[in-house]
Amino acid sequence: MSDFLLEAKGVSKFYGANAALNNFNISIPRGKLVGLLGPNGSGKSTFIKLCNGLLQPSSGGIMIDGNPIGVETKKVVSYLPERTYLDNAMSPAEYITYFSDFYEDFVPKKAYDMLANLRINPAQKLKTMSKGTKEKVQLILVMSRNAKLYLLDEPIGGVDPAARDYILNTIISNYNPEATVIISTHLITDIEPVLDEAIFIKEGQLVLYMPVDEIRQREGKSVDALFREVFRC
Amino acid sequence: MAWDFESDRPIYTQLLEKIQLMIISGKFKPGDRLPSVRDLSSEAAVNPNTMQRALQELERQGLVYSQRTSGRMVTQDTELIKSVKEKVAINHVKSFLETMNELGFEQQEIQGIITLLSDMGDE
Repeated sequence: MSDFLLEAKGVSKFYGANAALNNFNISIPRGKLVGLLGPNGSGKSTFIKLCNGLLQPSSGGIMIDGNPIGVETKKVVSYLPERTYLDNAMSPAEYITYFSDFYEDFVPKKAYDMLANLRINPAQKLKTMSKGTKEKVQLILVMSRNAKLYLLDEPIGGVDPAARDYILNTIISNYNPEATVIISTHLITDIEPVLDEAIFIKEGQLVLYMPVDEIRQREGKSVDALFREVFRC
Repeated sequence: MAWDFESDRPIYTQLLEKIQLMIISGKFKPGDRLPSVRDLSSEAAVNPNTMQRALQELERQGLVYSQRTSGRMVTQDTELIKSVKEKVAINHVKSFLETMNELGFEQQEIQGIITLLSDMGDE
């Protein structure tokens, strides 16, 4: 078993002549909460989509838990997309059954507990729920798997600050030393205390990958402040 | 409610100071069992690994100790707690004196202000 849960080597992804990712290299260990930080269009979502096989790299390769992206890695990767794909005609309870069929590592009890904590009725159809509530349901489904890698693409972008706190709390209380959570966002201040490490990505290339406290120690400023400096427009 | 952190220093250092403060101020009493890493990090809204490191450092300092089955406890060594408390107090006074010196106050003037304030407090 590799020391690293995720290894990307020389990964490039071109859309026509535009490089969304350009020779991107990174090795991420197990048991970390990692922030994937970069301005709009820096390649965050492209990287996440490459990691779960929704996109194929133009060159280079990614290994997760020792396997190339494919059926084996999909078993251990839980992905929260930027936009929810849930069907309005279904209820959380129906989705829980559906996810249990789909994923061996899905734990229905976890999902029902989180729904109860958020006072979401499992029988209510999604179409009668607010946008924020739907996002919460989606996150609950994603976090109810015992995955090795969670890829959360902008999980806190569209929800109110109170729900944001709950989401971060869900991530903290689900913490498992064997699993890694990668969170892409540009709301850095909110998630900074929760992160082990921060990745800065700019124009498809790795700018920095470092423990958060090392950044604060070395720079004497927060990750948010450093981000503003590195990505000054 | 998440704990507040200053933005220019490592979170680890600040966690260490906050838990230390809870112990020396008696919020956690000698012999008390500390909440689990998970509960503490959830309350503070911080990374569990960072919380774990802070608690390990407190263990190294002797303020808390691990019990195999029942988690982490606050030390019953009240002398140690007292000495840490004094150190923290001295650091506060030092930084107060530095600020006053920057403002241009001399030792005697500072003492004058302190006496004045504590006299007012007595009334």
